[in-house]
Amino acid sequence: MAETTMVGAIQMALARALEEDPRVVVIGEDVGVNGGVFRATDGLQQRFGESRVLDTPLAETVLAGMSIGMAAQGMRPVAEFQFMGFIYPALDQVINHAGRLRNRTRGRLTCPLVFRAPMGAGIHAPEHHSESTEVLFAHIPGIRVVIPSSPARAYGLLLSAIADPDPVMFFEPTRLYRATKEEVEDNGHGLPLDVCFTLREGTDVTLVCWGAVVKETLAAAALLGGEGISAEVIDVATVSPLDFDTILASVEKTGRLVIVHEAPYNFGPGAEIGARIAERGLLSLQAPIERVTAPDVVVPLLRLEKAYMPSEKDIVEAARRAVHFQ
Amino acid sequence: MTATPSEKSFRANASTSGVVERIVAEFAIPHRQYLDGTGALTGEPPAFARDQATMVALYRAMTLTRIFDAKAIALQRTGQLGTYPSCAGQEAVGIGYASAMRPEDVMFITYREQPAQIWRGVTLTELLQFWGGDERGCNYAGPREDFPPAVPIASQAPHAVGAATAFKLRNQPRAAVCALGDGATSKGDFYESVNLAGVWKLPVVFLVIDNFWAISLPREKQTACETLAQKAIAGGIPGIQVDGNDITAVREVMDEALARARSGEGATVVEAITYRMGDHTTADDASRYRREELVSAAWKLDPLARLRTYLAGQNWWNKGDEEQLIAEAREKVDAAVAEYLAIPPPEPTSMFDHLFETLPPSLRWQRARYTRR
Repeated sequence: MAETTMVGAIQMALARALEEDPRVVVIGEDVGVNGGVFRATDGLQQRFGESRVLDTPLAETVLAGMSIGMAAQGMRPVAEFQFMGFIYPALDQVINHAGRLRNRTRGRLTCPLVFRAPMGAGIHAPEHHSESTEVLFAHIPGIRVVIPSSPARAYGLLLSAIADPDPVMFFEPTRLYRATKEEVEDNGHGLPLDVCFTLREGTDVTLVCWGAVVKETLAAAALLGGEGISAEVIDVATVSPLDFDTILASVEKTGRLVIVHEAPYNFGPGAEIGARIAERGLLSLQAPIERVTAPDVVVPLLRLEKAYMPSEKDIVEAARRAVHFQ
Repeated sequence: MTATPSEKSFRANASTSGVVERIVAEFAIPHRQYLDGTGALTGEPPAFARDQATMVALYRAMTLTRIFDAKAIALQRTGQLGTYPSCAGQEAVGIGYASAMRPEDVMFITYREQPAQIWRGVTLTELLQFWGGDERGCNYAGPREDFPPAVPIASQAPHAVGAATAFKLRNQPRAAVCALGDGATSKGDFYESVNLAGVWKLPVVFLVIDNFWAISLPREKQTACETLAQKAIAGGIPGIQVDGNDITAVREVMDEALARARSGEGATVVEAITYRMGDHTTADDASRYRREELVSAAWKLDPLARLRTYLAGQNWWNKGDEEQLIAEAREKVDAAVAEYLAIPPPEPTSMFDHLFETLPPSLRWQRARYTRR
């Protein structure tokens, strides 16, 4: 078993899927010879050939739409969009077609596809390369939104996304691509979709997060532990459909909830989680819900991106406010 | 061929400035017609046009479609159907291209393609169910792989390209047919699809049904292009224009384009010139934007009358045949209407049942709320 980065784990999962399922094809801009802008498809075309790993012209609408046509024909396309900020031309296809083909044909035609896109700030990239707009997709019926936060979860969740019979948006935090390495066994085993992962158990406060900020949240939990505050950390992983029961059970235990996301505050995914706690877990709360998010501004260019992203300090302070609330 | 505006201006600049230019590429768009507006042959028609059974079958399908269409409008006007787009006047295009397809080819359409759907085996009851607001109407018992109508305009073009990619990767001698309107050729979806189909040499035919109107916008305000077929040129594929009210021309050109597609020669854009006789939909009032004279002039080119004249001229069709056909078609349509009206509405919980293959546990409580009490 070898240590690998998240981008390495994604490449490993793609190779495994291509090897095990002849219906799987990897398509996108620069995914072939170049191996993808982040090298997530590195070596795949050399290994599996040009009929399994296809470079498309620079056109996101047709990339999304052709994936739907291929999926309905029984293939399993895994399309790479170079950045979340470049996926918007495909929104029409995602909303009007991918998310509803099964429903509008009563199951006659289906859409087993994966749209991968890097997301988030923190790698000093140019404009439009730092988006966290997962909530746009989470609002759409009929599609899944999955965001991994470690190499092992990237490997397992991507394999499950590819095997899933319905469309999955798979957003990969660029900040985590090469941030850490861990041992990932290339065993072909998927991890379950539609469930949260409890990464650390605790009794005083529930920290809910996903994607890149899982790193800061875990660090914050460790620091809080030193202060005698026992924090539970939940990685949502599948943002939609949301496994709310796991979050509710944790809040019923701890009585305090801090929601952390890199997406902006206004109508952010945290609003949905907070509202559901208000509906079904209000009497368990011993303190107001805290949200640690990016502000409601345009993602700044690289000089200010550190200031923009939620920090470990922000999370620690929010958790302290919740725990010490009188 | 006449020079395009850009050629003219560039040539003018070149001649005054002494720049030496040469033509690096030239293009032409052919137009095909066998039966003129009066139903007379303009030249030697394709072999199938000499076959009585084939031609009568096409005419019968066109007539059935028109009678169905009139009935659907009547149902909408009496509150028994939802908003409905009339296909009157476009029967030769729809039956023409669908009859050139093989069962294993796959169709990607917009709305108003009832003629092609009926030929492909979508039942009249299914059509009424869909336009009557029931998703079950798109679970076709016949053409299982055909897509239901794409309403957003041109968004089905990428799907056709995707299916064509699947055929090519699997080495299947099949083709995808993408039928779209004149307005759809202004959209990026169309250009992106034509471009990919060209560069990957995909087995797909883009059939542009130029019915002159995109709701209220006439063809001349949609584009500065002389033809819509020439939009193929930017994708590096052939484009051809056909008289869309001449079913022999539509079918023959589609036969050729589909043969090219299936044999690995790549994609084609076919522009079929026809006319939208009715309103955009039953929710539209075309008298707000087009003069009645335009419509009455278009009726003189009616594809049904044209084919009927041809059939009669061959002694393949007479008044008795016509009366019998109309009676049979009405009976068939009435039977479908009765069947449609007898179908109870779907259960409210069915809104959840085809959202995903398996309803995620987190949505079960919502579904439970819609259980009939």
